[in-house]
Amino acid sequence: MDTILSIRNIVKVYPNGVVANKGISFDIEKNTIHALVGENGAGKTTLMKILFGIETPQEGEIIYKGKKVHFKSPLDAIKNGIGMVHQHLMLAPDLTVAENLTLGIEPRKWKIFLDTDKMNEIAKRVSKEFGLEVPFDKRVKDLPIGVRQRVEILKALLRNVELLILDEPTAVLTPQESDMLFKTLKDLKKHGKTIIFISHKLKEVKQIADRVTVIRDGKVIATKDASELTEHQIAELMVGREIKSERIAPSPKVGEPLLEVENLDYINEENIPVLKSVSFKVRSGEILGVAGVEGNGQTELVEILTGLRRLTSGKVIINGKDMAGKTPREIRENGVSHIPEDRMKNGVAEAATIKENLIVDRYYKKPFSKGILLDWKYITNYGKKLIKDFNVLATSPDALVSSLSGGNIQKVVVARELSSNPSVIVADQPIRGIDVGSEELVHRLLKEARDKGSAVFLVSADLDEVLELSTRIIVLYNGEIVARFDDVGGLTGKDLGPYMLGVKREE
Amino acid sequence: MNPLLKSIFSANFVFATLRVTTPILFAAIGVAITALSGSINIALEGIMLIAAFVGVIVSAFTGSLWLALIFGVLAAVGLAALLGYFHLNLKADIIIAAIALNMFASGITVFLTYIFAHDKGTTSSLKSLVFPSYQIPILKDIPVLGKMFSGLNVLTYFALICVVIFYYLIYKTPLGLRIRAVGQNPDAAESVGVDVKKVKMYSLLLSGFFGAFGGLYLSMGYVSWFSRDMTAGRGFIAIAAASIGGNLPIGTFFGSLLFGVVNTLAIFLATLKVPSELIQMIPYITTVLVLAIYAIQKSAKSRGEE
Amino acid sequence: MEKYILKYFDAIRTIIAILIGIFISILVIYIISKSPGGSLRYFLLGPVLSKSRLGNVFETATPILFGGLAVSIPFQAAQFNIGQEGEIYLGAALGTAFALVFHMPAFLYAAMVLFFAGLIGAGWGYIPGILKAKWKVDELVSSLMLNYVAYFFGLYVINYHFRDKKAGFLVSYQLPKAAWLKQFIPGTRIHIGVILALVFAILVYYFLYHTKLGYEIRMVGFNRHFARYGGINVFKVIVLSQVIGGFIAGVGGMVEVMGIHHRFNWQMSPGYGWDGIVVAIIGHNHPILIIFAALFLAYLRVGGQVLNLMSDVPSEMVTVIESIIILLITAEAFLSQWKYRITVREAARKEELNESAS
Repeated sequence: MDTILSIRNIVKVYPNGVVANKGISFDIEKNTIHALVGENGAGKTTLMKILFGIETPQEGEIIYKGKKVHFKSPLDAIKNGIGMVHQHLMLAPDLTVAENLTLGIEPRKWKIFLDTDKMNEIAKRVSKEFGLEVPFDKRVKDLPIGVRQRVEILKALLRNVELLILDEPTAVLTPQESDMLFKTLKDLKKHGKTIIFISHKLKEVKQIADRVTVIRDGKVIATKDASELTEHQIAELMVGREIKSERIAPSPKVGEPLLEVENLDYINEENIPVLKSVSFKVRSGEILGVAGVEGNGQTELVEILTGLRRLTSGKVIINGKDMAGKTPREIRENGVSHIPEDRMKNGVAEAATIKENLIVDRYYKKPFSKGILLDWKYITNYGKKLIKDFNVLATSPDALVSSLSGGNIQKVVVARELSSNPSVIVADQPIRGIDVGSEELVHRLLKEARDKGSAVFLVSADLDEVLELSTRIIVLYNGEIVARFDDVGGLTGKDLGPYMLGVKREE
Repeated sequence: MNPLLKSIFSANFVFATLRVTTPILFAAIGVAITALSGSINIALEGIMLIAAFVGVIVSAFTGSLWLALIFGVLAAVGLAALLGYFHLNLKADIIIAAIALNMFASGITVFLTYIFAHDKGTTSSLKSLVFPSYQIPILKDIPVLGKMFSGLNVLTYFALICVVIFYYLIYKTPLGLRIRAVGQNPDAAESVGVDVKKVKMYSLLLSGFFGAFGGLYLSMGYVSWFSRDMTAGRGFIAIAAASIGGNLPIGTFFGSLLFGVVNTLAIFLATLKVPSELIQMIPYITTVLVLAIYAIQKSAKSRGEE
Repeated sequence: MEKYILKYFDAIRTIIAILIGIFISILVIYIISKSPGGSLRYFLLGPVLSKSRLGNVFETATPILFGGLAVSIPFQAAQFNIGQEGEIYLGAALGTAFALVFHMPAFLYAAMVLFFAGLIGAGWGYIPGILKAKWKVDELVSSLMLNYVAYFFGLYVINYHFRDKKAGFLVSYQLPKAAWLKQFIPGTRIHIGVILALVFAILVYYFLYHTKLGYEIRMVGFNRHFARYGGINVFKVIVLSQVIGGFIAGVGGMVEVMGIHHRFNWQMSPGYGWDGIVVAIIGHNHPILIIFAALFLAYLRVGGQVLNLMSDVPSEMVTVIESIIILLITAEAFLSQWKYRITVREAARKEELNESAS
């Protein structure tokens, strides 16, 4: 087969000193689906940004269709037939589908005006050619996510793309939507397109990829035919060691309920009911896992529990007190800690020092402050201690959080949240986007907290994580609890799937 | 009838309101078009000032209204380009860069006023041309309407035309589509090869273009000289006007008109025995009130989060 | 060496921006002036050539320093309140009125008047603060508008109720001597207020970096979501940062009246609020650095005045230079290529160390 793209020795250093790619080389054959796998932070996205002209590498070259290329911008890449579907969809919400599709290559009337009829015509033509249906005149913000992704793919096809890069396309999709996508990708291959598929969901990779390249720590570990590798082998290559798929030991002692939610309803700003009479209990010494496809009310539920969002009605009883509608501080004072979903938004102040980040929930208490003054000497020593205890890779407590890697930033968050001896821990996607070492540490700490008698409320989009840690599991679908599993022994993703997708629900 | 009410319900009032609205409207269109591309532009104050000054100087030295117009626009667009360069290429905070450029405009115009007119206050020693007023053929003979809408400065009519131009530009041209796309999701625009920086730059240059006429109107329509800091906060009022109007063409027009009405009211009230300082406060207080009411309504509609 | 350049990069960049500004002024003087050598001397050395002029630098720096401190607090909380101009003006105007109406024992007089002016400024900061915190009204626009309201209202109070008709121009009555801030260095007008400004700078430093509220302000400024998540009352911080900033501005305005003019004489708004923004930016919102920035700006100003007086170059040149310096300082990418090259070399060096270690 012909090689369409050769990547040779790419080295990329970011201005903050992070080395994302350390000499990456591999080839991509024409008319194949080539999976690029690796953990978050392994350097996949950086590499694709380089390929797509968003970033410039310090060293190395890219040979595309036999010619050495150097893309200065995405436009350059598109002109040469390389398109990309990003993880976060690249669509303007208030523009229509047709406007989004033709953006940048708008047909014109009398040179200066938009030709709306022609815009629709073009959109129709390409959608027919590839059998991808989309409503042209609707605004993108009114469409479900799977359809938006289709718009995104059409956008690339419309520009005669031959090589299409998809950056974790299934992360936001329901399983059915994912299946639709895979069918589309196979169709595109039949049309002669080449596809680079970035993922860390190995089942998918096995399902559709012809070849697989594994990247770890900025380097290529292997490039092989997908048929030569098992999922397990790919996983080993990705993390560089054997991974365990076992459950953590059950809790030694389960006690009284510390977090009780009764008939919680939440109606959002757009008047959509996001949570519908949600009730559950989490007891001391157990981890309650919430399974569900993202966007089914998990984020809102967590924010309500931690005081960041106001519920519409219902009760949130923590340590015997109704905390519904209380402030984050009041809730924290009542023994709740919170590992947030988006650590860069909520979990840290990047431009502040590590020690300043470690005290945000306790700076006003003794011994961190006396009267109106902060005791920096104490805080510095305290910071040093937490850095050591939680294994944060940092030079000193005075280092800025922005100088740390993702995993170490999460360790700072976890260090703060678990060092306050919480009775209730709300952990939302606690291992998202961090390295394996940090992941293990976070899981171990959650387990230890549980064993010491904390009640842990765990939300995760990663089913394996939910299955591995949870004492009990509830499934959230469309704002409702559709299933409860008090006994998780022998439970698998297959058992949960139908509930998560709303195909099945418990009476 | 009360003399004040009488004067308010007169054709004069409408006529005066349109005059007063003109510079605000030009500036507000400038603010709105940048806002649609996703940037806040508080440099209209400086943009107008520099156009007002250059217009007067060029007209005084060349005697040509056209040259004054061209150079006034060029100077304003140049200042906007500088803002764009510092914000987009050198990654300066756009608000602080705009504050700096407003200072720059204020300083350099006084500096050069002194060099050219040997006076730090005004250029009244130089003879500046003014933009003419225009009688609309049939309209001027209609009794009340004629008094209201005919005989205004050409730039006032042009301001109204600019609202239409703004509308077509934004909704009917590729550039407008790109400006909106960049404002809503710059990454999306970039992903299809739209040069985000360039589009933002264009929208800033356009704000310079529209703002220029506001400045020219102040020094060569309203009066016939330049005086220091003669924009008197209109570039800032324009931000409020545009934001009340949601930065969309029709809304921006009505937002500007609102401030025009209040300002005119202040002028009409001045004929009564009320201290002028207090009357001059009115438009600014109104701006704060309108912004507050607008925001309160918006927050009443939304609920839940924060 | 390169490591230090990285560490102090912001400081180095600031200094380079200042040098470029000064260089441009020299250039302008050479172009405009008929006797550039003399003009240049007036501009650069004018402020240190006589005791009174050197005094002028400190006197001029004082209200600018107050302005800068007043700006730094809301700015550190990421509140773009630029209403210090109005707070200074109204604080001074109503403070003057207060001092003229209420006579108090000498030991209390100055302190009470300053406190009252501070309260006025604080109240003026409260309005955009509460509007922002409660209804998300953009504080930038509202504080801008309030500047004009403050100006016209202050002017009205002075011109209609406290105008000294015996004076040849529009000024208020003179304050009683007991309410003056004493000028204590003969041959200059350096007054107690100069010391007071320095004390305020140190207090603001301690406030921002060593108190709980200061910590809250900085955390809200770094990341509002983080602060809220951590339990900080963001609402309170948004309001208080603007109120405290306003207090300092109000005091600063009144200090100028009590220390220099002894009566209210601003028919135009004096611009100390805008100067405050300038020095806050030059000093990266750090109170101690703002002291130096204020002295620097004052030096330029006095140099500009000397230049204006003694030669043919208008003092507005300084405004132009200021704006250029600000532009360069805020331009993040200014010199960033240089920084980037150093960073890459440093990273490569670290990588080598790591490789050889393992």
